[in-house]
Amino acid sequence: MTEAALLLFWPALAGYAEAAVAYAGDTVRPGRLVRYAIWGVRLGWLAQTALLVAQAASADGFPWGSWAASLNLFVWMCVGVYLIWGCRAPFRLLGLVVMPLAVVLLALAWIAGGVGEPARSEFGNAFLAFHVGLILGAFAGFTLAAALAALYLWQERRLKRRAPGVLRLRSPSLQTLDQLTARSVAVALPALTIGAGIGLARMEREGAAFDAIVGLTLLTWVVYAAFVVLRWEAGWRGRRTAYLALAGFLLVVLVRVVLTPFVHF
Amino acid sequence: MRLVLVGTSYQRAPVELRELLAYDPVLRRAALGRLSTGGAEAAVLSTCNRTEVYGVTAEPGELEEGIYGELSGLSGLSHSELAPALYTVTDEAAAVHLFRVAAGLDSMVPGEAQILGQVREAYEAAREADTTGPTLHRLFRQALRVGKRVRNETAIGENPASVSSAAAQLAERVFADLEGRRILLLGAGKTADLTAANLISRGVGEIVVANRSPERAEAFARRFGGRAVGLDAVEPELARADVVVASTSSQGFVLSAAQVERAMKERRGRPIFFIDIAVPRDVDPAVIGLEGCYLYDIDDLERVVAESVAGRREEAVRAEAIVSEEADAFRAWQLSLDVVPAISSLRARAESIRREELERAESRLASLSPSQRRAVEALTSQIVAKLLHQPTVRMKEAAAAADGVLYADAVRHLFGLGDDADQARKPRQ
Repeated sequence: MTEAALLLFWPALAGYAEAAVAYAGDTVRPGRLVRYAIWGVRLGWLAQTALLVAQAASADGFPWGSWAASLNLFVWMCVGVYLIWGCRAPFRLLGLVVMPLAVVLLALAWIAGGVGEPARSEFGNAFLAFHVGLILGAFAGFTLAAALAALYLWQERRLKRRAPGVLRLRSPSLQTLDQLTARSVAVALPALTIGAGIGLARMEREGAAFDAIVGLTLLTWVVYAAFVVLRWEAGWRGRRTAYLALAGFLLVVLVRVVLTPFVHF
Repeated sequence: MRLVLVGTSYQRAPVELRELLAYDPVLRRAALGRLSTGGAEAAVLSTCNRTEVYGVTAEPGELEEGIYGELSGLSGLSHSELAPALYTVTDEAAAVHLFRVAAGLDSMVPGEAQILGQVREAYEAAREADTTGPTLHRLFRQALRVGKRVRNETAIGENPASVSSAAAQLAERVFADLEGRRILLLGAGKTADLTAANLISRGVGEIVVANRSPERAEAFARRFGGRAVGLDAVEPELARADVVVASTSSQGFVLSAAQVERAMKERRGRPIFFIDIAVPRDVDPAVIGLEGCYLYDIDDLERVVAESVAGRREEAVRAEAIVSEEADAFRAWQLSLDVVPAISSLRARAESIRREELERAESRLASLSPSQRRAVEALTSQIVAKLLHQPTVRMKEAAAAADGVLYADAVRHLFGLGDDADQARKPRQ
């Protein structure tokens, strides 16, 4: 399994890295490298899909229960969401944010042993599938929202400052970015609510301790819930909601990358 | 057969002369009819920036004279008066010229899109007049392909080439699209006219015109299907508008930052895009500091256009490479024409031998059943086809390498085909 995993891991990482470099190059010479970037994303994602399938086939239960393995799954979800519509011409610039992040997180998952033989977990498969799957899905949605918000702020700054070459790079309109950020949060928040609810219910039943990760996850929920309320009730738009989406994402990073390996597993 | 182009463009002729040389559809059809007498192929490309007549004939000098006569008759100018403004290009250079024209590389603004449609129209007109033959058919179809490739494979036509289109494209970077948006026009001058026309072409929903002179505002609004208001009603309109185009001749600011700030409170975060093309400026530059407000004055827009045109020139280098690639393909096709008559003659000769031999063997084949006869027919046809396949392929390869004529002559000599090239190279089939 380990050798097969490595055989699939490296093409996935190479594909994502190639895409990240090509997207960066495309900002310098628009239109030339984007095709290579898209193929990098596609091939990398296919290799990672095969890796996950191989892990699932050889696992004796839910294969992504550990922190490192769940990071692997998280990267796959993020790139998958990006692949569905992020590769379309106006949204390609999102790759500038998503693909370097995918490279770093996938490498981290490998270093921490998340791409090899799946570890056995003490938790039940159904619980893990729902709890981990929903929370990771929500975090992937928040990651996408953060990428959209970052692109919004970058584009807005260029338009405000009347930056040279403001029309040179293809990017979606501010209004589109704003709406998509809001939609991503609106879809991801219910997933986080259910995923966290399942975890809390289990904690309650087993009398487990309330750790920092649970507290921060709830804080993340509060930030995104505030995003939804402020946007739809108070009419917040544009820069303010973009900052809020980025603030929520900082908490996601804190939960996912910094705290989870030490506190929750 | 030779390809001949005689024409003029904005690079050679001022607008006064180009006007005289412009063809309308009726005149063009008549000219095509006259030019094609004697079997020549002909097509006329006539736009506001160029008039070009393409012809294919065995007598290029004669055709050139004919085109000069046509243009002279059209403009009422003598041959010597026209000569300095006209250019004559032949064969491959003429093909490359048309490819560059279709790609927008010969246009005033590199990469402009309109020309491709005009090339298509010239081709369609020639087809309708039945004055295209194999060469012009191939030439124009390939030119259209060059135009499409250049627009698909390069970014030459993507960025704006005028202040009004730059303003509209910038507005589209704020709003998803301009369809259904509200536009507030401050001032009813000529510059506002161009910008308004560009925005309307992108589907804006409502136009409100505010001007110091109510009559002028009314007239302007009527023309664009909008409504007119006085300058004192600008503030409430500001709360509803998405794009504001300011172009008054006022000496001070028509819109202050305080006014815009008040309007923004009513907008609940909806952005607003200001296009200030007035000199002196109409919109207080402090507006740019307000959240959700985007402001571009005439200098900003002109800078965007200059960058965009520079970008188009960079892309033009890539477009030239596509033109050159397609020109090579056209040349290879033209060279292959040299061997087509020889191949046709060879095949005709082989077929006639096959038929003669079958007729000679008629008495011995009389006892065969119909199905056996069909088998003999098929067998002999297959032998001929297989024997001729390799020489045909080799001759076409030789033609692409410019040795086609030598090979064609060798085949004619070896098989005693005679010089039937003229017959096989009829201009229109």
